[in-house]
Amino acid sequence: MRCKSLFSLLVMAFGLFCLVNPTLAQEAVEGHEPAGVVAAEPAKKEGINVTELVFGHVADSHEWHFFELGTTPVAFPLPMILYTEEGLKIMSSGHFEEWHKVGDKNVSNSHEGVHLEKGMKEKVVADNGSTVYDFSITKNVLSMIISVILILWIMLSVAKKYKAGGSTKAPSGFQNALESAIVFIRDEVAIPNLGKKKYMSYMPMLLTVFFFIWINNLLGLLPGGANFTGNIAVTLCLSVISFIVMVVRANGHFWGHLLNPPGVPTGVKFILVPIEIISLFIKPVALTIRLFANMLAGHIVILCVISMIFIFGALSKYAGIGFIPVSLAFSIFMFTLELLVAAIQAFIFTNLTSVFIGAAIEEGHHEEGVDHEHNDKIEIIA
Amino acid sequence: MDLLTPELGLFFWTLIAFLIVFFILAKFAWKPILSILGDREKGIADAIASAEKMKGEMSQMKSENEKLMAQAHEERTAMLKEAKDIKDRIINEAKEIAKTEANKIIMEAQAQINQQKNAAMTEVKNEIGTLALEVAEKILRKQLNSSEGQEAYMNMLANDIKLN
Repeated sequence: MRCKSLFSLLVMAFGLFCLVNPTLAQEAVEGHEPAGVVAAEPAKKEGINVTELVFGHVADSHEWHFFELGTTPVAFPLPMILYTEEGLKIMSSGHFEEWHKVGDKNVSNSHEGVHLEKGMKEKVVADNGSTVYDFSITKNVLSMIISVILILWIMLSVAKKYKAGGSTKAPSGFQNALESAIVFIRDEVAIPNLGKKKYMSYMPMLLTVFFFIWINNLLGLLPGGANFTGNIAVTLCLSVISFIVMVVRANGHFWGHLLNPPGVPTGVKFILVPIEIISLFIKPVALTIRLFANMLAGHIVILCVISMIFIFGALSKYAGIGFIPVSLAFSIFMFTLELLVAAIQAFIFTNLTSVFIGAAIEEGHHEEGVDHEHNDKIEIIA
Repeated sequence: MDLLTPELGLFFWTLIAFLIVFFILAKFAWKPILSILGDREKGIADAIASAEKMKGEMSQMKSENEKLMAQAHEERTAMLKEAKDIKDRIINEAKEIAKTEANKIIMEAQAQINQQKNAAMTEVKNEIGTLALEVAEKILRKQLNSSEGQEAYMNMLANDIKLN
């Protein structure tokens, strides 16, 4: 009991630190900034800029940065594919090596009429200010390609095992692990939300979404991994896909209830229908933000906890060393929590997708065991 | 707010990658896996159902067997009873016949004995009669050899007559 309360105290303390530390760090930076670029330089030498460090890690990048050996960064450049007004340009990000500070942004040297600007995010900007469409293979894209290869390899090898074994052989090895996940998605996500008659045609989509998110979440947790699912473009893409599926598959009953709710006085309809339409679009937005924010927050918290060693180290060498066990304990705790969150968020995204599709394809009569209250509850909790 | 602006490139690549993964997996992974899973579950359900059915049949067979056994037992008891009855009857009948037969034999024997006894008696009587006659004759002859004997005898006879 005492141990438990001590543990919760630690968690509280850690929560406070996380709240306080980035703000402190930010204040420290901002405090120096009005003095100009020159004043910012000594601040950087004094300690570390946690904001820059954290966002440098969670944001997308045109190079895959692992660590710094002394002052030389160990990173490999990634190919850049740009569509500018001069046409398609393919180059290596290794050309952008010299960085200097302009305001609160880091700006690189110019190459082939474009340069990189690093604020919270890294952006490709044309020197003459024209629009640049950036289709580069960034760190996130490369991480995704790795995950795609991994997913295809895992699933196809397991599928081969299924085909070889047929329906009479019991699953074995990795097939067994995967089967429990597949059966879980089928029995706990698809059938309760979509109904026994219709669930089968949505299973491939739900399974793909689930494993795509889950495996990418896990890859993102690896040290040096990219924060792929914690990027809003990714989650937006996934939720747009589920939104399109939902809208395309929605039946007349759904649109009827949405645009002309039965049993509602005409006056109320003028208020209700716009709300219903807004709620239709809020669904994918909620999906986007939920996954993005959860994964991003997890990464930021872990990075903050690790950074605490260096923040204290900047104050005093001994404080930094003394803080190592605490910081490690917190980050291990956060890592295990994030392992859980990786699976939970994948499940929630899949489940909400099937809830939304279920609502769109639902027939007028309440059969097939579709449980609305239950679904609403899940949505609120998630 | 910078963090909340989705990048076009990443969106584009994610969309392409997701769709590729989706189509490949849907055709080559999910379809066989799901159909085999369904088949297997159906197979297991069928096996359980048939086992359940078999169990029912077995119990039915068992009860039928028991019924047959009981019937056989009953029949055996009835047969035993019948056999015993028949045996008893036969024994009784035999006893009865034997008794009558014995009685008849005894009666016959008795009759024969009586007959032979009578015959013997008759023979003995006749013999005795003859002997007595012979003795009487001899006595008479001897007594009546003398005159006094004849006289006495005559007297005696006369006395007998007188008395009468």
